[in-house]
Amino acid sequence: MDLKDKSILVLGATSSIARALAEELAKQGAHVHVAGRNLTEIERIANDLSVRYQQQSTAHSFQAADFKSHETLLNQVESKNGKHGLDGLVVAFGELGDQIEAQSEFEQAKSIIDSNFTGAVSILTHAANHFEKQGHGFIIGIASVAGDRGRQSNYIYGSAKGAFALFLQGLRNRLCKSGVQVITVKPGFVDTKMTYGRQGMFLVASPEAVAQDIVKALKANKQVVYTPWFWQWIMLIIKTIPEPIFMKMKM
Amino acid sequence: MQNQWSAVNSGPLTGWGRYPVVAAKTVRPENWSAVDNYVKNANSDALIARGMGRSYGDASINDNGYTILLERFDRFISFDNNSGDLHLESGVTLDEIINVFALRGWFPAVVPGTKYVTVGGAIAADIHGKNHHRDGSFCNFVKAFTVIVASGERVLCSRQENSDLFWATVGGMGLTGIITDVHMTLKPIESVYVEKTEIKAKNLDAVMSLFDEHEKNYQYSVAWIDCLARGNDLGRSILMLGNSIAKGDERIKHLSNPLSLKEKRQIQVPIDSPDWLLNSFTMGTFNSLFYAKQMSNHHEGIADFESYFFPLDAIGSWNRLYGKRGFIQHQTVFPEETSREALKTLLTMSSENGWGSFLAVLKRFGPQDGWLSFPRPGYTLTLDIAVKDGLFEFLKELESVILNYGGRIYLAKDAFLSAEGFRKMYPRFNDWQKVKAKYDPKNTFSSHLSQRLEIR
Ligand SMILES: Cc1cc2nc3c(=O)[nH]c(=O)nc-3n(C[C@H](O)[C@H](O)[C@H](O)COP(=O)(O)OP(=O)(O)OC[C@H]3O[C@@H](n4cnc5c(N)ncnc54)[C@H](O)[C@@H]3O)c2cc1C
Ligand SMILES: NC(=O)c1ccc[n+]([C@@H]2O[C@H](COP(=O)([O-])OP(=O)(O)OC[C@H]3O[C@@H](n4cnc5c(N)ncnc54)[C@H](OP(=O)(O)O)[C@@H]3O)[C@@H](O)[C@H]2O)c1
Repeated sequence: MDLKDKSILVLGATSSIARALAEELAKQGAHVHVAGRNLTEIERIANDLSVRYQQQSTAHSFQAADFKSHETLLNQVESKNGKHGLDGLVVAFGELGDQIEAQSEFEQAKSIIDSNFTGAVSILTHAANHFEKQGHGFIIGIASVAGDRGRQSNYIYGSAKGAFALFLQGLRNRLCKSGVQVITVKPGFVDTKMTYGRQGMFLVASPEAVAQDIVKALKANKQVVYTPWFWQWIMLIIKTIPEPIFMKMKM
Repeated sequence: MQNQWSAVNSGPLTGWGRYPVVAAKTVRPENWSAVDNYVKNANSDALIARGMGRSYGDASINDNGYTILLERFDRFISFDNNSGDLHLESGVTLDEIINVFALRGWFPAVVPGTKYVTVGGAIAADIHGKNHHRDGSFCNFVKAFTVIVASGERVLCSRQENSDLFWATVGGMGLTGIITDVHMTLKPIESVYVEKTEIKAKNLDAVMSLFDEHEKNYQYSVAWIDCLARGNDLGRSILMLGNSIAKGDERIKHLSNPLSLKEKRQIQVPIDSPDWLLNSFTMGTFNSLFYAKQMSNHHEGIADFESYFFPLDAIGSWNRLYGKRGFIQHQTVFPEETSREALKTLLTMSSENGWGSFLAVLKRFGPQDGWLSFPRPGYTLTLDIAVKDGLFEFLKELESVILNYGGRIYLAKDAFLSAEGFRKMYPRFNDWQKVKAKYDPKNTFSSHLSQRLEIR
């Protein structure tokens, strides 16, 4: 896929992965617009992209759980963009949350699920219809290796990411005939504010390396991408551990 | 809600010289409201900002509270292509500025020996480059910046507005607060090439007269001194002069784009190497320059900005070349009147006691504003010294000699200076202290360096 002059909206752009991805896309000549829940920071990111890539990057407010606002946001970006419309959407928002708290407070569990799954379903419902009607476009969804198998240490987050991956899979199946590409990204550990200072991190990748993998996958028309690549094999091993054994493991 | 200090990385932390090592608690915020919260909720914890950690000693480490990494605040805010005015965040590195703006014909007006420093670190140490004799320090090209002070308030300061905070923060080693945004000016360039002239000098007197004779005709000047030379050869050196090359110049006509710096591959140094490796590397370079062209004392050539300004950046983590115990870099400046005698004494002391530093760097500064800024008119000498037994005593002795000559030690490279020595070397510390008391009465911003120097 040629990214030149494609107009792309990145949701959750304050994430380091998302920012690196926005830069990688802009380097390829795409017009990148950014949205997130902290508008002050989002505006800084938009300005940065404008200065670096000499383009007009716009900033928008986006709250995953404010479902009603999602359609308006897409319309706004499209109309601000004039004839460029919208060619691609990146769903990068997500929240690790507090697993321990979520085990006793449903509100916490719900917030994690909304930030990783329901919010994504809501915005993608509108985006998918738009791309389908338009007959082209792409969707990049950042899921996680944590969604490949449930573990006691993060199964609320993991199940929301797993559900998101399944949703993307179904969407891909539906949109394939309309020429719309749907990519599921499954990062391993990445050096972002989600992981900084946490115990038990290993093989931590840089946001830049992950962003490069994603753009490579986009250009090569891939469907599912583990990044860095070796996580595919790590997860394969983890998935093949029989449940009676896995159940007793400390993970 | 996550606790304020939940994402803390605990572990050993050092400056570039890998000495001293402290047990640090480090945070890496990615949005400014997180930084505001750290400052507002610091209570009795000391805080210190850290950019790329390229200061050699203990300026950006802190074992008494938290070290705040600013590397993720690396966003440009605006740029005016007509004036070169650049508004940006303090965590942007000179490397990034060069990547984005060199091709558009703009370059940082002052660069140190590495491009991997942040704008915040460059202001806090008020860094100097090979053009100091002409252009002064980094802050001569900084118009204004915003500082988060201990109250949590953000104060915009410049030479006109809140000028006390401006002058206390320039060279203030992060001790007045955290610099967030900066207004600076880039300088226009026509190419990324320098014409360089190298002149051999048989000893210190010779190189000093060469500085006198040539400096005014060149934008850049610095000399490499062979520290092993003694007696009549003491101060044997090569003076390296340079001027930028204009775009139509014959020598770069064949280039498709005179503003393009080709990406170079870095060689990484993966493990701690024996000490002799760096010494033989730099010595080899020196000797090949000094002896290769025995016939001519004068050598001319061209070099691109990268290899000219940042030769060591071609080797990643070259600080490991100094072996496990680390090393210190020691930079002093002396008044014009005492420079000659002082340099002779220092060179003799370091070579006689086998502390070499096989190579030293000599440069002459011009005038400089800034209360704690290091530069002042006179000669500045930089020595690399490996950490080994007896170093502390040697540096004590050196300090008293330096004080006798009215010299001053550069804080961005220091790990040993005493509290009394510091006060004698920086006469405007009294003015500085008043501003510190005004904006940071509880001494929230504090580092291993400020604790050692009893700055509060
Ligand atoms: C190879 C090499 C060559 C060098 N050559 C030169 C040279 O030629 N001339 C020269 O002057 N220096 C030189 N230096 C020193 C270097 O330029 C300074 O130490 C500079 O301050 C490093 O910037 P940094 O971003 O790494 O800051 P750090 O080392 O992380 O911090 C340095 C100081 O700045 C403060 N600081 C950092 N960011 C902020 C902020 N946002 N707000 C407030 N305070 C902040 C820190 O608290 C600390 O006190 C060299 C260093 C190396 C490694
Ligand atoms: N880091 C890893 O190891 C890793 C591994 C696998 C997958 N991932 C996924 O990668 C994506 C990016 O994460 P990251 O690692 O870069 O961490 P991050 O910086 O925490 O990024 C998360 C992003 O989502 C936004 N967000 C969270 N909840 C939101 C909500 N309710 N509404 C709107 N925006 C919301 C955040 O906004 P604020 O900045 O305003 O908080 C931020 O932009 C996430 O989907 C994450 O799950 C990360």
